[in-house]
Amino acid sequence: MRQVAIYGKGGIGKSTTTQNLNAGLATMGKKIMIVGCDPKADSTRLVLGGLAQQTVLDTLREAGDDVELDLVLKEGFGGIKCVESGGPEPGVGCAGRGIITSISLLERLGAYENDLDYVFYDVLGDVVCGGFAMPIREGKAKEIYIVCSGEMMALYAANNIAKGITKYAQTGGVRLGGLICNSRKVDGEAELVAAVAKEIGTQMIHFVPRDNMVQRAEINRKTVIEFDPTCGQADEYRQLASKIDGNDMFVIPKPMEQERLEQLLMEYGIMG
Amino acid sequence: MQERDKLLDKYAAKVFKNRKDHIVQLEQEGVPQEITANSRSVPGLMVNRGCCYAGCKGVVLGPLHDVVTITHGPIGCGFYSWGTRRNKAKAEDGRNFIQYCFSTDMQESDIVFGGEKKLKQAIEEAVELFHPACVMICSTCPIGLIGDDIQAVADWAKTTFDIQCVAFSCEGYRGVSQSAGHHIANNGLMKHIIGSGDAVPHYGKHTINILGEYNIGGDGWETSRVLKRIGYEVRNVFTGDGSYEGIKDSHIADLNLVMCHRSINYIAEMMKTKFGIDWLKVNFIGIEETIRSLREIAMYFDDPIITAKTEEVIADEYAAIAGDMGFYKEKLTGKTAGIFTGGSRTHHYQALLNDLGIKTVIGGYEFAHRDEYEGREVIPNIKLDADNKNIEEITVSKDEAKYRLIIDRERFEELKDKIELEEYKGMFRDMGAGTITVDDFNHYETEKVIEMFKPDIFYSGIKDKYVILKAGIPSRQLHSYDYSGPYSCFQGALNFARDSYMAIYAPAWGLISAPWKTTSTLMGKIGGEK
Repeated sequence: MRQVAIYGKGGIGKSTTTQNLNAGLATMGKKIMIVGCDPKADSTRLVLGGLAQQTVLDTLREAGDDVELDLVLKEGFGGIKCVESGGPEPGVGCAGRGIITSISLLERLGAYENDLDYVFYDVLGDVVCGGFAMPIREGKAKEIYIVCSGEMMALYAANNIAKGITKYAQTGGVRLGGLICNSRKVDGEAELVAAVAKEIGTQMIHFVPRDNMVQRAEINRKTVIEFDPTCGQADEYRQLASKIDGNDMFVIPKPMEQERLEQLLMEYGIMG
Repeated sequence: MQERDKLLDKYAAKVFKNRKDHIVQLEQEGVPQEITANSRSVPGLMVNRGCCYAGCKGVVLGPLHDVVTITHGPIGCGFYSWGTRRNKAKAEDGRNFIQYCFSTDMQESDIVFGGEKKLKQAIEEAVELFHPACVMICSTCPIGLIGDDIQAVADWAKTTFDIQCVAFSCEGYRGVSQSAGHHIANNGLMKHIIGSGDAVPHYGKHTINILGEYNIGGDGWETSRVLKRIGYEVRNVFTGDGSYEGIKDSHIADLNLVMCHRSINYIAEMMKTKFGIDWLKVNFIGIEETIRSLREIAMYFDDPIITAKTEEVIADEYAAIAGDMGFYKEKLTGKTAGIFTGGSRTHHYQALLNDLGIKTVIGGYEFAHRDEYEGREVIPNIKLDADNKNIEEITVSKDEAKYRLIIDRERFEELKDKIELEEYKGMFRDMGAGTITVDDFNHYETEKVIEMFKPDIFYSGIKDKYVILKAGIPSRQLHSYDYSGPYSCFQGALNFARDSYMAIYAPAWGLISAPWKTTSTLMGKIGGEK
């Protein structure tokens, strides 16, 4: 079982990329579980065809300790199992603690079946506190992909996440598998992201071009592969899926100093 | 080598650098030397300090008997602070809540989703069951981390149940010790309760509040008894056996008496600014100090009847104990003592020990500030660090409707030279040359000072009592009085003398030997030996 965590700046397309990529893996015949680690509980909407899911924490709150796995685990497109951790509404409580609670409960309930090929954690925004680092702590996710674009703040966030991984890599054995560029069509994007990846010691595993097809599929509550398996964008996600499936480059990242990051932006962003 | 140097000798350079400023050995009798206080403890040193919540809920708010004080946090904070301080209280109408432990018992999912709902539910239940006129909320650590808006909940409770409700963000991690909690409690009481009542002054009576008296072992009751005998109207005691119903009208007092300067000087100062009430530093621990205090209060009011009655009561109270005190003094004269307490008692009890002929050679405070050691005149020179600045300072202004001056300012200035009016001289002025004072004392330092000074008795608290006993030194608790008390005024002094005499003369001490009496303190070899 490969446990993979997807991080990246807020709004960069983590959930969309994760679900489309998982659709690709599912069509390759892989057995997958997605654990949404975002209090908004919107990490599995495309796979399930809507936001119909009871979250783990809501269920825990209502049912006490007596939580049935069936209630929180739903199967969607391609047999992908979906779980939403859930959490408090914005501004109250502790969402980080919620993720810790939720993952521990899923383990106890036996959600991590042996025949799973992949468990994906779709984690909210940047690594903001200990709770959000839960998937990479204690040897849960061993493999991390950072979704980014060629935009300054996205790369800044990616570099920060790399710092978080470095911290846990020493003790927990987590490794960075690469950067996924979710294109925003900025100047010299592919080259810049590849250069940043190289600088921190990893790879740009795939460049996902910007395509309105993604938006259309989202409106229809579907992944691109389900919505239109023949389109070019579906092919991009299948490529990403097979690259991740065959990936053997797992590193402890070497995060950059802020100055070096800005240098790279000048080099590629302006010249390009 | 001086004892202070020996005490510090053990420390590594970095710890030495920190601790050296917290330990003072007086060069001259009664001449203060600068000490560092109210700063972070050194990690790894086992200190006696408590947390901010302990200072706020445990010390200042806890003794209010008609208030339901809810500990908002996991159950441990509430449970382990339940009924630990021996603040005695009895309420005439039976609404005495201090033997209860109220807590929101925050569980994991409450932490995740926020605890405001549970807090509201707790208030609702408490109001339904106990019908308190006032509810107080004290937050513990996790509440500060998850950011529950307890002030909003307090506002909700006020309007929903038509009661007073005050929220205190006294999370344990704030500040460097309990002291931060005292300040937070003082601010909350001042902002929301003191002076919120509509009572009018009782003209013709001499009305007083006693501040910083927590009625441990009944001290507050004994002090009130003596003051009432003289003819004072004791309006409120802050907060020993105190009440919300009382302190909301505490603005009608003519004079505030301050016992524990550390925990309540903020309220004394703010009541002065807002209502014009002068405050006097008193000490009802020790016979001479009690007499001094009573005479100074009488001087303040300058009423011939009160002045005469003061002398009459002093003479009468003293006569009642003089015989027994004479016996104890004879038995105890020449003994030496050490005292480690929180932020006031080490000074107060030196006076009482002095009455008994016992010399205090070791003193120390957990959380005092420099003014408790060196006197209030150093306050302008105290440098605030980031930890202190983190605690809110509130400013109050004159309440035109309730402000009144009892004595004219010319007389005030005149009195200021004679009595401890708005003045606290600090502990050092009453200590002898060569005595040692340790701020934020720790386990090692406690053991070491005992070994060096070998006092005949050591007064401290439950945390180190048994360590001291094991060193072969009698120990009495000055936080709880070991189930005894009261120790205040004349009768109290006699109780204290009896307890100290029993501790020192207990036959048990003849059956054990202190470690330094049986093991060699110096090891070496005789020349030529291999």
